[in-house]
Amino acid sequence: MNLSSIPLLSIITFLPLAGGLILLALPNAKLQKWWALGVSLATFAISCLLFVWWRNGEAGMQFLERQPWIPQFDIQYLLGVDGLSLFLVLLTTLLTALVLLFSWTGIGKRLKSYLFLMLLLETGMIGVFTALDLVLFYIFWELSLVPMYFLIGGWGDPHSGYKFLGREMPWRIYAALKFFIYTMAGSALMLVAILVLYGQGGTFDLIELQKLSLAAHLQFWLFLAFGLAFAIKAPLFPFHTWLPDAHVAAPTGGSVILAGVLLKMGTYGFVRFCLPLFPDATRQFVPWIAGLAIVGILYGALVALVQKDVKSLVAYSSVAHLGFVILGIFALNPQGLAGATLQMVNHGLSTGALFLMVGMLYNRRHTRMLADFGGLWKQVPIFGFLFIVVALSSAGLPGLNGFVGEFNILLAAFRANQLFAILGTFGIILAAWYLLHAVRQMLHGPLTQAENATIPDLNWREVLTLVPIIVLFFVIGLFPNLFFDKINPSAEAVVKALNAQRPAVSMMMERVP
Amino acid sequence: MTFPTLNLPVIAPQVVLVAAALVILIADLLIREKRVLGWLSLLAVIAALAATLAQPGAVAFQTMALADGLGRVTGVAILIAAGLAILLAIERVGDFTRFDQPGLLKGQASPGGHLVTWSLSDAQHRRHRVTDRAGAYYALLLLATAGMQALTIASDFMTIFLGVEILSLALYVLVGFNPREARSAEAALKYFLLGAFASGFLLYGIALIYAATGATNLDQIARHLLVMSMPLPFAPLLPVGVGLLLVGFGFKVALVPFHMWTPDVYQGAPTPVTAFMSVSTKAAAFAALIRVLAALTSHDRPWLLALAALAVLTMTLGNLAALRQSSLKRMLAYSSIAHAGYLLTGLAAGNSQGTQGALYYLLAYTFMNLGAFAVVLAVQRREENDVTVEQVTGLAGRQPALAALMAIFMFSLAGIPPLAGFFGKLYVFKGAVDAGLAWLAIVGVLNSAIGAYYYLRVTVQMYMAGEGETVASKIAWPVWVTVVLAAAGTVALGLWQWPWMQQITAAVATLALR
Repeated sequence: MNLSSIPLLSIITFLPLAGGLILLALPNAKLQKWWALGVSLATFAISCLLFVWWRNGEAGMQFLERQPWIPQFDIQYLLGVDGLSLFLVLLTTLLTALVLLFSWTGIGKRLKSYLFLMLLLETGMIGVFTALDLVLFYIFWELSLVPMYFLIGGWGDPHSGYKFLGREMPWRIYAALKFFIYTMAGSALMLVAILVLYGQGGTFDLIELQKLSLAAHLQFWLFLAFGLAFAIKAPLFPFHTWLPDAHVAAPTGGSVILAGVLLKMGTYGFVRFCLPLFPDATRQFVPWIAGLAIVGILYGALVALVQKDVKSLVAYSSVAHLGFVILGIFALNPQGLAGATLQMVNHGLSTGALFLMVGMLYNRRHTRMLADFGGLWKQVPIFGFLFIVVALSSAGLPGLNGFVGEFNILLAAFRANQLFAILGTFGIILAAWYLLHAVRQMLHGPLTQAENATIPDLNWREVLTLVPIIVLFFVIGLFPNLFFDKINPSAEAVVKALNAQRPAVSMMMERVP
Repeated sequence: MTFPTLNLPVIAPQVVLVAAALVILIADLLIREKRVLGWLSLLAVIAALAATLAQPGAVAFQTMALADGLGRVTGVAILIAAGLAILLAIERVGDFTRFDQPGLLKGQASPGGHLVTWSLSDAQHRRHRVTDRAGAYYALLLLATAGMQALTIASDFMTIFLGVEILSLALYVLVGFNPREARSAEAALKYFLLGAFASGFLLYGIALIYAATGATNLDQIARHLLVMSMPLPFAPLLPVGVGLLLVGFGFKVALVPFHMWTPDVYQGAPTPVTAFMSVSTKAAAFAALIRVLAALTSHDRPWLLALAALAVLTMTLGNLAALRQSSLKRMLAYSSIAHAGYLLTGLAAGNSQGTQGALYYLLAYTFMNLGAFAVVLAVQRREENDVTVEQVTGLAGRQPALAALMAIFMFSLAGIPPLAGFFGKLYVFKGAVDAGLAWLAIVGVLNSAIGAYYYLRVTVQMYMAGEGETVASKIAWPVWVTVVLAAAGTVALGLWQWPWMQQITAAVATLALR
């Protein structure tokens, strides 16, 4: 069988949407749930073929699909993945399936809409990671806003008392609007930058555009336009203000996807677009962006430390963790880039799991305040055990996934700029602090609250939701080269291309252990 | 005996429309079931559409008219708008054309009263004299469409003025068609007075351009400007003339600062009329404007900067004003001002990409804006003529399909891909960037971000803001068909656009050649 004849990426991208459209015609809730779960599992299974059929050692795009779409404007249907996007696609398909499994109960009467939006969101996210035509990328980028907007606004936190442009509204609507308008405004300039790039290169094809060498001042402005969109999405301090609202107000499933995948669209954007297209500007911006990343790491961690709401704590921890990813990217060496790519996946898994577990607890107690818990270990030992594993993964315990990513990032940062690495290390210490603080507040001590004495432990479905993530914690933590083997060639190629235009600067070109 | 220069097939669509309007006026006296008249006019529009599509490119009436790609592309948009507007109103036209005669005698105004016809034979209404002016409504709609169609193929200032007047006179009456609404009469008066001023500006502009160039034919003007072999004695009058001309067009397509009438007229006019005029007038006027600009910019292009400035003003003020509206029709009125600004961006670029973008935008806008107004009509109560944002609260609960379609229109108007509205913006901004007007594109995209809020607000009310009314109003099937067709157009024009883009590319290519 000729593998190149199967449009594998198109199938993975559009299977969720097709499944979602069929879902709209299904009559009862049980069937809808099984159908949505089946579609997402099938998508995950097919996406695993990417891993199986991967040509190891190749740096370029694989599974390329190229079709003319709007020939009058040179817009193509162009999909492909390389080592930098492969695992983000897999992360998306896995997390979506797990979220649908988690959402088995507790969604309520508009279940069908919820499931449809999740599947639509999956198509949008996979499209972002696979599109190689700039217009197509932008389409998926904006498209992914819509379902998330409805998920936050429709199923989010109903607390009232928020104001948007002078209008009183509940938190979920406020957060949804802020999320949508903030991100849309941020990416608006990216659209103009895409059009300017077209004016320079005469194509929207990313692979072709990478061959351009643009004038320095043009690179500067284009980097800013693209970078603003990605910095808001990632989020890079000080563009993170939409995040706490969106993450905390979103329903659990939305928070998992938001933190697990949507934030990676920002960091991925830096890797995929800013570095290869604007190499000179990238080098020019390194001190600024790395500096802001450090600020984000420390700020996010410190704010997380004082949160009373455990969901807010996890939300701010994302600001810190994504700071690490950005620091790794802007170390501008292969190790940092590969570490950052793996760390995107790690953060998706561990923060996704944290949000899932906070959601499971919330479903039982209808509160997320740390003060309302304490001594849960005795009452819900399975939850307690799994929560500790997830927290340790997030804190970067050696042997688990988080360590591999953060260690590589810090090593790479140390090579690029020792001060950044030293400051970044404080972030790791703080991460351990706030996560263990949460563990202590929730699990240890006496069981003081009477309501907590009656809550049931995790059921088999909830355990099943978490087990794949925890297995991956160990797989990545113990066998990182399974992943680095596929990431490294692409990471090296990006850095090589970045430095090719200014050979005077020699960078260390070592393979990641 | 032959008339070689008349070339009547060129105006076949207009002939069909005018003839149908006359037939309907006569049939109105004989037929009591007014729906038949609606179907008849829909048939006429479809026939005109077929005639437009089948039309060979040709010059007619001694170069007064020119059936080319531009005429076809914009003509199709106008006829689609007319067809959808007729279909939309077929079951609801009675809301504003049917009324009891005694009610009228209580002192309510009746603009256009001379067109009133009534029937006494209906047993049910023998006690009251029931008047139904649906026939006049359809006839005027067809005449307005014919005027717009004339404008799309006008290649001489005389024909342009003719087209503008035909469409305007018909629309003045249509806007004031609802005798129960004081707002409707007010809107008609406002539209008439300001429209008359606009026509004056337009005509004066034409006169001055004639004085400067010695021609009313666009081709000749272009040639005179290009060659400039003989020094034109009144050349300084040209910029004044063009300025006045732009003011006239600015009124017709609602550019800031000539937009004052728009919110009142869109709100006061019967909703199907608003739906129709908000999209078709733009298509017609922009078609003429594209032709005029192609002629005027053949030599020198200082006008383009003025257009860019107008575009900035129009987008920004339209969007900012729309933020504050609570009436859906007023909100959509300000939104249509903003969209006129986006459209003008494509023209201000002055290149083929921008013009292609604007032409694509016109059809995209036809589908999405007409669809939005159709949803307004579907939600609006029979005795009312508007819907507030609060009234759509919880629409997703009681009318899930309608709410989903409205969401499509709102997202398309906001410019969210992959819907048609996104591509329209993409293309006009691309034109601007290619023309070196990146700053204009930046203003445009930032405006889109501002504009997103008021469209989102509608979706917030429909989906997130609670239950609202519990009783779902019954929606007539032609309204459903209109909404579904408009949504299908909005989606299809986004995803499957190359056949239409081919037409547009060809149309713009012939423009540049002239």
